[in-house]
Amino acid sequence: MTDETITFTIDGAQVQARPGQTILEAADEAGIYIPRLCYAEGLTPHGSCRVCTVKVNGRFQTACTQPAADGAVVENDTDELNDMRRDLVDMLFVDGNHFCSFCEASGECELQATAYRLGITAPKYQFLWPRRELDCSHPEVFIDRNRCILCGRCVQASRDVDGKCVFEFAGRGPEKRLIVNAEANLADTDLSELDKAAEICPVGAIVIKRRAYRTPVGQRKYDKVPIGSDVERKRRDA
Amino acid sequence: MSNDLESTVQQVCEAQGKDRTRMLDIVREVQRRLGCVPGAAMDRIAAAVGAHRNEVESVVTFYAFLSEEPTGEVVIRVCDDIVDRHAGALRVLQVLGDELGIAPGQTTPDGKIALRTTPCIGMSDQAPSALVNDVVVTYLSPDKARRIARALKKDPNPAELVTKIGDGNNAHELVGSMVYNNVRRAGEVLLGDHHANEGLRKALAMTPAEVIRDVKTARLRGRGGAGFPTGMKWDFTRSSPGEHRCVLCNADEGEPGTFKDRVLLTERPDLLFEGMTIAAYAVGADLGVLYLRAEYAYLYNFLQHVLQARREAGLLGRGVSDKQGFDFDIRIQLGAGAYVCGEETSLISSCEGLRGDPKTRPPFPANRGYLGYPTTVNNVETLCCVPPILDRGPGWFSGIGSEGSPGTKLLSICGDCRRPGVYEVPFGMSLREVLDLCAADDPAAVQMGGPSGTLVAPGDFARAICYDDLATGGSVMVFGAQRNLLEVVHYFLEFFIEESCGYCTPCRVGNVLLQRRLEKIMAGRGEPGDLPFLQRLGATMRATARCGLGQTSPNPVLTAMEHFPDLFGPRLHEPADRFEPSFDLAAALREAETVAGRSSVHGH
Repeated sequence: MTDETITFTIDGAQVQARPGQTILEAADEAGIYIPRLCYAEGLTPHGSCRVCTVKVNGRFQTACTQPAADGAVVENDTDELNDMRRDLVDMLFVDGNHFCSFCEASGECELQATAYRLGITAPKYQFLWPRRELDCSHPEVFIDRNRCILCGRCVQASRDVDGKCVFEFAGRGPEKRLIVNAEANLADTDLSELDKAAEICPVGAIVIKRRAYRTPVGQRKYDKVPIGSDVERKRRDA
Repeated sequence: MSNDLESTVQQVCEAQGKDRTRMLDIVREVQRRLGCVPGAAMDRIAAAVGAHRNEVESVVTFYAFLSEEPTGEVVIRVCDDIVDRHAGALRVLQVLGDELGIAPGQTTPDGKIALRTTPCIGMSDQAPSALVNDVVVTYLSPDKARRIARALKKDPNPAELVTKIGDGNNAHELVGSMVYNNVRRAGEVLLGDHHANEGLRKALAMTPAEVIRDVKTARLRGRGGAGFPTGMKWDFTRSSPGEHRCVLCNADEGEPGTFKDRVLLTERPDLLFEGMTIAAYAVGADLGVLYLRAEYAYLYNFLQHVLQARREAGLLGRGVSDKQGFDFDIRIQLGAGAYVCGEETSLISSCEGLRGDPKTRPPFPANRGYLGYPTTVNNVETLCCVPPILDRGPGWFSGIGSEGSPGTKLLSICGDCRRPGVYEVPFGMSLREVLDLCAADDPAAVQMGGPSGTLVAPGDFARAICYDDLATGGSVMVFGAQRNLLEVVHYFLEFFIEESCGYCTPCRVGNVLLQRRLEKIMAGRGEPGDLPFLQRLGATMRATARCGLGQTSPNPVLTAMEHFPDLFGPRLHEPADRFEPSFDLAAALREAETVAGRSSVHGH
C-alpha cells in the first residue's frame, strides 16, 4: 500500500497522492488551496480557465489535469504564478460584461471571490464590451451570457451527469459562445432546474429564477470566508 | 424544398455509414450540396447519427468553410494574408466586390456568388491568390479579377476559370490546376530522384524495432515546426497497448507562408504514402489517415487515385507487400478551414468528427489518440524523409545537414524576393545564403516559421537555419524596406484572433488585448508603459495557454520588440495630460447619444 503512494512537494511542503490523482486533487486533500475556476468535483478536468496553473519541475502545467508524480517539485503560491492568475482573472472580467453590483451571483460567485482572494479590485485591461445574448425563455432558469466565462462545466454536467445534452459551444475564438440543444431557446430543451447543469455554473450565467437577493449582503457565502477556505480548513484540522 | 433537404441529408449520412465520427465529412458534403448547413439539416443529421442538434451546430460553427446561413453556388475566398496584401490582394478584392456589386462577407442578390476573405491558402509564392469553391486561382491581378467576376456572372462554374495549366502533376488529368510547383532547388533527400518502394522493401525485411532504431540513428526530427524526434514518438506509440494503432499524416499546412507540403503532395504522393506505410509497420498500426486541409481539396481526387493504385499493387490493404499480418490502409480526411487543426490533438479531434479543439494532455496521442488508440501524428515532409532513410541508410541521412539538425529542410520562400518558391537545402545553411538563393534584393526583415515563429532583423541573417537556431517548419516570409512591420505584426495578431479555438482564457482574450495595445501604439498614442504591458501579457499567454497556438501567438509582437526596438521607441511618449490615452471618450458616448437622441456636452 505504501509502495503505491506518490510523494511530492508543493512550495516545499510534502504532499501525498494516490496513483491517478492530479496535483490539484492531492493538494485539496492536503488542505493546500490552488485557485481554480473551471474545475468542479464530479466532472472531468479539462483546463480551460488556466487559473490553476502551477510550476512542475520548472514547467508550467494546469494542476487540475497534471497527474501527481513522485518526487515532483511543484510551485503554487508564488508571486510569478499569482501575477499570472490575476492576469487571467482580469481577462475574464473584461471579456464579458460583469456588473457585480446587481448580479444574482454576487457574494457566491467564484470568479468574484477568486478576484478578491487574489487582491483584485478592478481589472488592469480595457473592457471589451462584447455583445452577448440573454435567454429568459425557460420558466425556471435563465441564461445571461454576459457573465459566461466559457468554463464548460454546464456542457459536461448536462452530458455526463444529467444524461442530457442541453448545452454546447458554438463558434471559435472570441466568438465562442454557449448554445442550447434547440433552434434558439432554452425553453425548447429538456433542461430541468433540478439538473446538475442548472446549479453548477460558477458565476451568474446560468441562474435559477426567483432566488436572487434572498441572502443579505454580509451573510452570503464568500462574505463570510474567502474562497478556498473549505480546502484550507483541512490543513488546520490535520 | 424540404424534401430536397431531407433526402440530401439522408443520402449523405448513409454514405458515411451514419457514423458520427464522420461528422466533418457529413457536414462538408451537406454544405457542398445545399450551400449551407441550416438548422433543419442539423436536426436531421443529429437524428441520423445519434447525436444532438447542438453537437452538429458546434461542429458547423467551428470551421470557416461551413455555414448555417446560405452562402452561394460559388464562394470566392480571396486570400488576404500579409504576403498576398503586399502583392496587391486588397485591390483584387476591391475589384471583385465592385464587379459583383457586393462587399466581402456578402452574397449576390440572386444567391449565386459569395465573396469572402480567407487566411493563407498555401499559395504565397504565386500571390495574390484565391479559392473559387475548390478551384485555386493564382497570380491574380485587377484585370484577371475583373475577367473572373464577369465569367462567373455569366456561368457560375469555377472549372471554366482554369485556362492555363501548371507544371508537373498540376497538369495531371485529376488535378488540372493552374498552380505552379515553383521548385527552385531540389535536394538529395526529397525532391531529387528516389527508388520507389525500396525503403518499404528494406523496412519489411527488418523487424519493426529495427526500423525505429534506424529512424533514431538518423536523428530524424519532425518537420512541421515542433521538431520532436520521430523515432522517439514512434517508440512511445509502439509500446502503448491498443486494439489498433494509427498513423496520421498532418497535411494541414496552415502556418502562413508554408507551401512546401503542397509540392510534396503534388509531386511525391507515393513517397509520402510509402513513408506512412513504413511508419505503420514500425509502430504496429493498421489505420492511416491523411488530414488534408480544405484549401488543398483540388488534390483530393488525384491523391485518392494514387492510394487506389497502391492498393491494386498490394502496397496497401491486407498483407502489405505480401507481409502476412501487416494490414494497413489510409483514408483521406478533408479539413474545413481551421489553422488550429494543424495542432496534433486538434487534428485528431477533427478526424473524430468533433470541433477542432486541442485535447487535454496527458494523455498524449502516443498513448491515447485517434478514437482512443495509440497514434503517431507526423508532418508530410517528415514521413517523406523515412523511405530514403531506410533505403540509403541512416548514416547517409545524418551526414547531411548539421549535428543537431540532420538532413535537408524544404523551405517555402515568399514575399519580397525575385524567386519565391520551394527550396530543399541542407540544415545549417545561413539565412543570408537562403536570401541570396531566392534573390531577396533588400530584405529589411524575415519572418521565420510563420506568425508563430520569429521576426528576424538583418543583424541576425548570419544565423543558421536549424532546430537550435532559426527554426522553421518551412515558412520564410521576406519583407523589404518599404513594408510597415507594425502592420505585419498587426496582421499576424488578426490571424491568431481569427484562428484561436477559444477554449482557454489566455488565447481567447489575450490576443485581442495584445492587438488593441498595438493599435494604440500605431495610432500615435503609445506610452513607454506599453512595452512592459505587452511583455507581461505575452509572458502570461506563453506560460498558461493550453496549446501551441496561444503559446506562440505573442511571438510576433515580442520578437518585433526584441529585434526591432526602433519600431516602438520613437512612437512612445509620456502623455502630456493625466488622461488614459487608450480611452476614447467620444466613442464611449456614441451609443448613449443615439439612444438619448442628442449630443453629449463631453467628448467633442
